Amino acid sequence: MSNPAILVENVTVHYGEVLALDAASLTVEAARICGLVGMNGSGKSTLFKAIMGMVKPDAGRVLINGESPAKARKTGGIGYVPQSEDVDWQFPLSVHDVVMMGRYGHQGFTRRASRADRDAVDLALDRVELSEFANRQIGQLSGGQKKRAFVARGIAQGATMMLLDEPFAGVDKRSEATITRLLKELAADGCTILVSTHDLHALPRLCDEAVLLMRKVLMHGPPEVVLQPEHLAMAFGLDVLNRDLPDRDLPAPGLPDRGLPAPGLPDRGLPAPGVANRPGRN
Amino acid sequence: MDLFDLLLEPLGYDFMVRAIVTTALAAIVCAVLSCWLVLIGWSLMGDAVSHAVLPGVVLAYIVGAPFALGALVFALIAVTLIGVVRNTSRVKEDAAIGIVFTSLFALGLVLISVTPSQTDLNHIIFGNLLGVSIPDLIQVLVLGVVTFAILVLKRRDLTLYAFDPTHAHAIGLSPKRLGALLLGLLALTSVVALQTVGVVLVVAMLIIPGATAYLLTDRFSRMLVIAPAISAVCSIAGIYFSYYLDTASGAMVVLTQAAAFAAVYLFSPRQGLIGTRLAMARRRKAAALAA
Repeated sequence: MSNPAILVENVTVHYGEVLALDAASLTVEAARICGLVGMNGSGKSTLFKAIMGMVKPDAGRVLINGESPAKARKTGGIGYVPQSEDVDWQFPLSVHDVVMMGRYGHQGFTRRASRADRDAVDLALDRVELSEFANRQIGQLSGGQKKRAFVARGIAQGATMMLLDEPFAGVDKRSEATITRLLKELAADGCTILVSTHDLHALPRLCDEAVLLMRKVLMHGPPEVVLQPEHLAMAFGLDVLNRDLPDRDLPAPGLPDRGLPAPGLPDRGLPAPGVANRPGRN
Repeated sequence: MDLFDLLLEPLGYDFMVRAIVTTALAAIVCAVLSCWLVLIGWSLMGDAVSHAVLPGVVLAYIVGAPFALGALVFALIAVTLIGVVRNTSRVKEDAAIGIVFTSLFALGLVLISVTPSQTDLNHIIFGNLLGVSIPDLIQVLVLGVVTFAILVLKRRDLTLYAFDPTHAHAIGLSPKRLGALLLGLLALTSVVALQTVGVVLVVAMLIIPGATAYLLTDRFSRMLVIAPAISAVCSIAGIYFSYYLDTASGAMVVLTQAAAFAAVYLFSPRQGLIGTRLAMARRRKAAALAA
């Protein structure tokens, strides 16, 4: 039997006193698109960090294709698309520069780009249809193009697994459709894709399966089942579609963005010995 | 006397030549490093580390060890203390930085006050550009070249760290190690710049050039050329000003860099205050005409 692409087994993570993940277990087979649903503070970001090996679980284990996250990182298998608010869009880098960063794991000490690296970047840009914007500063793209640029970075990297944090935030409907098609193509090529999102409307079209997270995995199944209101209510603590709710004062339709306070990770700042560094934002 | 003579006259003095070489070198190394500092948002860290190395430098002087060693040790102590205060109390990071670096700086001042031969050490605080000795010059040269080489060779990794440390981690690099490398280089650079402008003003050389270049370009690779070029030109110009105006040399270097920043801030074609205002006015006029 082959190993699952992602295996999370009874993973528990604390940030100080705050319990972020409580014996969460999740298995995702290769080439599947899995949507991670839960409110802020439900542990979505923490689960991503555990899969990437950025936080060390207090208990449980994570295996990527049957190997440790550290080994998966070394072989360049893990691609990461950050959420918009975690990126400094003013940073003086071109789209091409950013996609080239996907190649760093394949390059030598000074990360000097070879012919092959440049070809890989061109190919990736072509695939996400951003070739004509290669020399634009990264912040001068539309919301959807920005996401595609980071997906291109994962493609150039040759990632066999991609983690996308809120890929539909700040993205218009048309770009959403483009990104959905792109991710489906990647999955068809064998890439395993894990998407965390608030945007429940985009899920059924994109995902093969969905996971309901509230510090632990409450439910894992086909999106149309997981997204049924009575199931969502478990994770969000209210009827998100606002049906049959007598009290209109309850938090609004759409999705509650408040909820639990995000676990306070040590924020940007000093890479003091033993202090988690910048990616700490949740 | 024409311009050529004006430029040549100071070079007749050995101490001026040494001052110019040292300043240009320090200016270049500081400017390269400053590109990352301003983008990561570590300006305050630059301030902190450059002050906090003072007791290390004084202790190194007392025991006769290289200044760089003392500086590195105290940079590490400062960063560790800041992290501890921030993470184990409700005090926020900027306050933690403020507490730690001023305390260490004060410790350095106290150490200076109880150490015989005070003149030498006071130069560390305000710089002693015109009194650079040959051994000073060699120390600055060695440290400067080593720091510069590491920064240039590792520039892509450092930029990745500044831009997206999570991705750095995801592809098997260590953001923690890259951050530590940058801080170590910051400590070494502080030592290089001590000689020229002194502890108090090092931070200017560590921030202004990067900020100036950032207003001029959208490419990091170009920042890495623009920042040191501007910084070197301004620093040398500052020395000439101080020679002819008979003013404090280190402070004059910083003022010249500040003037360059002000000019770019106002007149940079893309980011400058005046350029963008004009463009806005033009657009408004065009819109009014079209309507």
